[in-house]
Amino acid sequence: MSLKLVFLGRLADAAGANEREVAAVPSIAALLAGLEPDLSTMLGGPKVKIAVNGNVVADRAIFTLRDGDEVAFLPPVSGG
Amino acid sequence: MEADVRLLTGPFDAGAEIGRFMKANEDAGGIASFIGKVRPTGGVEALELSHYEPLTLPGMQALAGDVAARWQVTGLSIIHRTGVMLPGEAIVLVAAAARHRREAIEAVDFAMDHLKGDSWFWKREMRADGWRWIEPREQDHADLARWRKETAGI
Repeated sequence: MSLKLVFLGRLADAAGANEREVAAVPSIAALLAGLEPDLSTMLGGPKVKIAVNGNVVADRAIFTLRDGDEVAFLPPVSGG
Repeated sequence: MEADVRLLTGPFDAGAEIGRFMKANEDAGGIASFIGKVRPTGGVEALELSHYEPLTLPGMQALAGDVAARWQVTGLSIIHRTGVMLPGEAIVLVAAAARHRREAIEAVDFAMDHLKGDSWFWKREMRADGWRWIEPREQDHADLARWRKETAGI
């Protein structure tokens, strides 16, 4: 019963790894609440997009997570 | 038209790719292309692009579809590097073939603006003082907004 978290760009530095496995929880809010406070604040910010199993989540407040989901945290893309 | 869309983890020969594209599009009236490189000057020692497999290539393919829907291109190639690149190495190549030049030139311009400002890539550069993530620039948003205005007919 777990979720795979993927951290892209500078979020990987903040999380200390590109990926992390955590115990399955039913919502994105519960997922964020279980992480370190600083990381949780960063991941929950309005500019960070979240994709579950390769699809960008439109409304994270109502999204239901399932066991085995891959949850990716996507900071703004770099441009340049 | 089937677009040639590729995400590469190793160096590519941009000149050879353009030669191949010209051969594959012999009937085109014109071909426009753009090659983006790691700047050989300015103190950058290396550039690293990271991507997210489930989103990045599908996003590039969707972009190719948008280009084809918007301009009458008869051939389209979008090749993008990921991984660590050295100064002078090619990062991206976009080529478009069309009956008339403006279609080809604008298709390339549109694809480049969207690859830069609206595609799933994260960049960091290595300078003498270490690695630094590259943040989005206001100019990238302005470049994208240009196309939205044209769509809206403003």
